[in-house]
Amino acid sequence: MNQQADTPAVLCRGLRKVYDGKHGLFRKPSPAVVAVDGLDLRIERGECFGLLGPNGSGKTTTVEMLEGLLAPTAGEIELLGLRWQRDEEKLRERVGVALQETHLPEKLMVEELLTLFRSFYRKPRPLAHLLAEVELGEKQRAWVGKLSGGQRQRLAIACALVGEPEVLFLDEPTTGLDPQSRRQVWGLVAAYRARGGTVVLTTHYMEEAERLCDRVAVVDHGKLVRVGTPAELIAALPGDHVIELEIEKTTLGRVDIEELRGLLSVTEVHVSAEGAWSLSVREPEHAVAAVLALVERKGCTLARLGTRKASLEDVFVALTGRHLRDG
Amino acid sequence: MAESADKRPNPILQLTLMRLREIGREPGVLFWAFGFPVVMSLALGIAFRARGPEPVVVGALPGISAEAHRALVDAKVTVKPMDGAAAEIELRAGRVSLLLAPPPASGQPLVFRFDPARAEARTARAAVNQILQRAAGQTEPRLVRDEEVHEPGSRYIDFLIPGLIAMNLMSGSMWGVAWVIVQMRVRKLLKRMLAAPMRRHHLMYAFGLARLVIIPLELIVILLFARLAFSVQVTGSYLALLAVSFAGSACFASMAIAVASRAENTETVSGLMNLITMPMFITSGVFFASSNFPESIQPVIRILPLTAMCDGLRAVMIDGAGLVGVLPSLLILALWGVPSFLLGLRYFRWT
Repeated sequence: MNQQADTPAVLCRGLRKVYDGKHGLFRKPSPAVVAVDGLDLRIERGECFGLLGPNGSGKTTTVEMLEGLLAPTAGEIELLGLRWQRDEEKLRERVGVALQETHLPEKLMVEELLTLFRSFYRKPRPLAHLLAEVELGEKQRAWVGKLSGGQRQRLAIACALVGEPEVLFLDEPTTGLDPQSRRQVWGLVAAYRARGGTVVLTTHYMEEAERLCDRVAVVDHGKLVRVGTPAELIAALPGDHVIELEIEKTTLGRVDIEELRGLLSVTEVHVSAEGAWSLSVREPEHAVAAVLALVERKGCTLARLGTRKASLEDVFVALTGRHLRDG
Repeated sequence: MAESADKRPNPILQLTLMRLREIGREPGVLFWAFGFPVVMSLALGIAFRARGPEPVVVGALPGISAEAHRALVDAKVTVKPMDGAAAEIELRAGRVSLLLAPPPASGQPLVFRFDPARAEARTARAAVNQILQRAAGQTEPRLVRDEEVHEPGSRYIDFLIPGLIAMNLMSGSMWGVAWVIVQMRVRKLLKRMLAAPMRRHHLMYAFGLARLVIIPLELIVILLFARLAFSVQVTGSYLALLAVSFAGSACFASMAIAVASRAENTETVSGLMNLITMPMFITSGVFFASSNFPESIQPVIRILPLTAMCDGLRAVMIDGAGLVGVLPSLLILALWGVPSFLLGLRYFRWT
């Protein structure tokens, strides 16, 4: 495509962002916050890369620095072999951005808003193509304020696709959407990738990450905890199956966590609630038998027992001790 | 049309259209721009319309002679007989302007009780005195003739309309720019536009161009109304009128950019705007001549941008000034506008 085609889509080294504490006459002084704490990333062209982490983990700060909208405190960023400080004008034409939250002007019609964004790019895509791609042809003359959440999100993505970017940043593209709208957004991402585009997205939905991403990075407290394909990360768990176990409240206290840990094939145990555990296991058929035997021996009553394949959610819990949706 | 639809649209035009569409599709904004000044001029024009002289109302304490009473009534003065205690209350409340008290002893003078701080009390005293003196046989040593003035150009409404235009253009430029910028910042629209290859100065041009379209419309509405309802004329040049209006709006829009450059929420920006505009509403002579304020602060009042705009518009509309006549106003507006604009751009926060 050009002479820099061999450079990665995104490259960052030692990325760091510290928000200064605020001091003022009329407010409580707040301490400085380290939002991103030394991040190294390399995202190849054509890849779909996901930043996975709970709220407040530094995902948005990270992508906004990559998007050139927020100045890093330290570290280097290269996109397509170019840097924001030097080549902002060129990069803006080649990078598409959908922010986590933008209130698009409500009193504009869909086509007026897209025409506005088309006016910013040297070679904008035709209006009709954009409308067709995001399935808003029928809403062409509707006010933005009258669109549903899913339609609005597709419009926001259309605005990001106006310049046919080489890298597309999507910050929590499906947060708050219903399942149907979510699938439509996933379809847009797949179509864009089929044209050779690179996607960087953040999410706290593990299903979204497993479905869309070639590789994911688990981020917590501004640090990269692990990077890999979803399959690699799951395989790296001590057990690739999970047993969810819950016993009746009346028989609480008869089983303790150490006994569960000692069972055959169980590699790790997390307490998920009072009287409920989740067990990482290698061979579920052996472990289930052992669990049932233990429960019977102790005279407990089972409230729930289930097994499933481990997911990115389990990876996240194993790596951070927290669930993705926890604040 | 289908062919040109795929060409790149002009960004400045599109940004300007965005502003105009948002204004045109928001009934509230339309009211403040066009309806409000009309309502204001109607209300104030009626309140201060030309009237005959105010009727004089006096209270007469017991003991006032029948001759005096008749002389006053013949001269169309309203005389209300009342006794001591009630009379004092009526006087204090301003329901009578003057109390007539009989001489305390024969041979002593008639007594006028009134508050000299009240203009209508002084007028009443002079009128009543003249009537009673004439009735007592006094003749005027020198003849005079009254001539009442109701000419367009010298009435309160002629003074008011240029002030209202100035006030309206100031409010429109300041709120229409500062508020909108802060709202775009809060809603992350500024950030989103910056994430596209939008030129930052294009957005500023668009704000200016949108105002350039609105200002003549605002002028036409209020001038037409003032002409039809009150026969208010523009005696000077329309070019000078436009020059002052554009310069004033540009000046206030620049101040708005400065005010909005850092503000992170609309509460902050409204506070700042009120801080800046309220003192000017009061001192700059929108509703009454700023010469009512003490001499010591006149130099400050005279260099305020709203004063410059009011002065410039009045010079054109009342005194028939042309472009040369409004140069001092234009200069003051430029001195406020240009530095505000540069400062605003320098410290502008996009995200």
